[in-house]
Amino acid sequence: MSRLTDPTAPSEEALREGYFGDFGGSFVPEALSGALAQLADAWRAAQKDGAFAEQLDRLRRDYGGRPTPLYRAERLSEAAGVEVWLKREDLAHTGSHKLNNVVGQALLTQRMGKPRVIAETGAGQHGVATATAAALFGLDCTVYMGAEDVRRQRLNVVRMQLLGAEVVPVDSGTRTLKDAINEAMRDWVSNVDETHYLIGSAMGPHPFPSIVRELQSIISVESTQQFDFQAGGLPDAVVACVGGGSNAIGSFAEWIEVEGVKLIGVEAAGEGVGSGRSAATISEGREAVLHGSRSIVLVDDDGQVLPAHSVSAGLDYPGVGPEHAFLARSGRATYVAATDQEAIEGFRRTCELEGIIPALEPAHAVGWVLAHGRAELGEGARVVLTMSGRGDKDVDEVLEVAGFDVGVAKAFGEGEA
Amino acid sequence: MSERVAAGPTAIQAAFDRAKAEDRAALVIYLTATYPDTATSRACMEAAVDAGADVIEVGIPFSDPMMDGPTIQAANQHVLDAGRSVSEQLAFVADLAHLDVPRLAMTYVTIADTRGYARFADECADAGLAGVILPDLPAPEAGPWLAEADRRGLATVFLASSVSTDERLAAIAQVSSGWVYAAGLLGVTGVRSISGDVTQDLVGRIRAHTDLPVAVGIGVKDRASAAEVARYADGVIVGSAVIRAAGEGDPDGAPARVHALVSELRAGVASR
Repeated sequence: MSRLTDPTAPSEEALREGYFGDFGGSFVPEALSGALAQLADAWRAAQKDGAFAEQLDRLRRDYGGRPTPLYRAERLSEAAGVEVWLKREDLAHTGSHKLNNVVGQALLTQRMGKPRVIAETGAGQHGVATATAAALFGLDCTVYMGAEDVRRQRLNVVRMQLLGAEVVPVDSGTRTLKDAINEAMRDWVSNVDETHYLIGSAMGPHPFPSIVRELQSIISVESTQQFDFQAGGLPDAVVACVGGGSNAIGSFAEWIEVEGVKLIGVEAAGEGVGSGRSAATISEGREAVLHGSRSIVLVDDDGQVLPAHSVSAGLDYPGVGPEHAFLARSGRATYVAATDQEAIEGFRRTCELEGIIPALEPAHAVGWVLAHGRAELGEGARVVLTMSGRGDKDVDEVLEVAGFDVGVAKAFGEGEA
Repeated sequence: MSERVAAGPTAIQAAFDRAKAEDRAALVIYLTATYPDTATSRACMEAAVDAGADVIEVGIPFSDPMMDGPTIQAANQHVLDAGRSVSEQLAFVADLAHLDVPRLAMTYVTIADTRGYARFADECADAGLAGVILPDLPAPEAGPWLAEADRRGLATVFLASSVSTDERLAAIAQVSSGWVYAAGLLGVTGVRSISGDVTQDLVGRIRAHTDLPVAVGIGVKDRASAAEVARYADGVIVGSAVIRAAGEGDPDGAPARVHALVSELRAGVASR
């Protein structure tokens, strides 16, 4: 089904700039109007400039390690009953897909003549990528991170500091990703002349959702070609985890117009959809404005934003990028949810069967495929799954929260005498 | 449901006209609804009016107030932690009808949008409010809300910033009613002090597009800064300093502290 023939396609009025159907827009304080217009102009100019594309390609290839491989995971496939092809974003520089977006926006920052970037981070992946690009481009860098996430993701905090970034723990609200975004927005409002807010997901006010989608679409630009070359034909489904939704929108982008390929976003269900401790925004949320755009959000009847819960610091966000809301409502993509338990199982099996320690975020996608792939997609279905990041950062959290017994105590001689 | 027109813009204009007739700027005071508790909040609103506030902005708390600094964030969170719903806050507002000054709701677009603009406009008008301020609703996104606000005679005050282009200022002036809110600095509430020259320039640029009163807020905190702004603006808006007076210290003393501060501010706006 293509967007053009979709009966639920938006009206002409809803196709106004910055909107995906009814979702998107730019709900921000007037003080940011200038910076958003400047960013939109810089982006338009960059897209027409061959030198920008060339710089971006060179950085992605020589510095970032692209293209990332598409790998047929045989043992995982056997366990899942479907054929799993992993798109290995975990092998890219900094260990996740986040650098794809960051190098592009860092180039834009340079073109706008701004000396400073700020970023929000949940799991720390985007913060590390931003700190990396800031070091590479000689930019000042401040990263806002919820105090709870600072605790959960210590390794990434140290990495950011090594790269020269200032990490500011955020103690307000739920002390997680949404509060880090609020604080980054406040910094931006206050320092907008010299600062670019390097948003890490396909969310926020226009033009961010479009810019991030375009920069992350390299994932599916590669995967469409790789799948055709390595496997032949079309996959039955493309699966990716969804927090704000940057790796998912990049993984879907080139497949959206391809008929017959299912697009499946896996949200974090925490302790379960309906448990009150979940981050499954599209499954449980309603239409509302959060962080500058209209999308689907976990809010109560009053519009107060509800805390999201997930074992993964990168997915416990109560909103989702507006294009995902549009894809969900139009039916082009399907959004499902994996619980903490399913994600831990995905984590464990990916380690044991493939020798890959995945980040907890894509472990949700693996967990869903293991638990539901065969039933939902059919025996032997061919699935491209984006392994959006590597899991070194999550090892402590998995041991602590999941009670995942890997015999660490025994190995260090702390077990029985 | 009553469909009486609240005539908000007219009431607000009258308040600014009265101040102008006294050769001073109007004083607009922000207080968060039911902060720190319902009784104290009501007494603080009364104290503010008694001490000379011409207009009251009543904050309806939102969980993620992007434009607010630590003081108002904490006040918002305090009310939310106490479990008071938006309906309860609006009932509290409706109970302020005895205050003889126009009152406006100050909240975020998520609150109005989740309720539905039509219902929110009805509830605001029925609570006796003269208007609404939504700092994260920029003019280009405002159409659907304005239709409902106009239907109920509510004013909608829009914010202008020193970074707004002349084209945007024209759009803001076009959709604003009651007054135009000039941000006194690039930043959130209650953190920095006003940027004088930049703000004065902004007020002048706004006046090129409208005859509406122009009031300056964000960064005004005491008598001296109120007097400074009153030299060139039609109104002076103070929020975080008042919230600190209301919230810091013994609740029993809050109305007296608010009264003392607002008296000072009132002297400030009159001494231009």
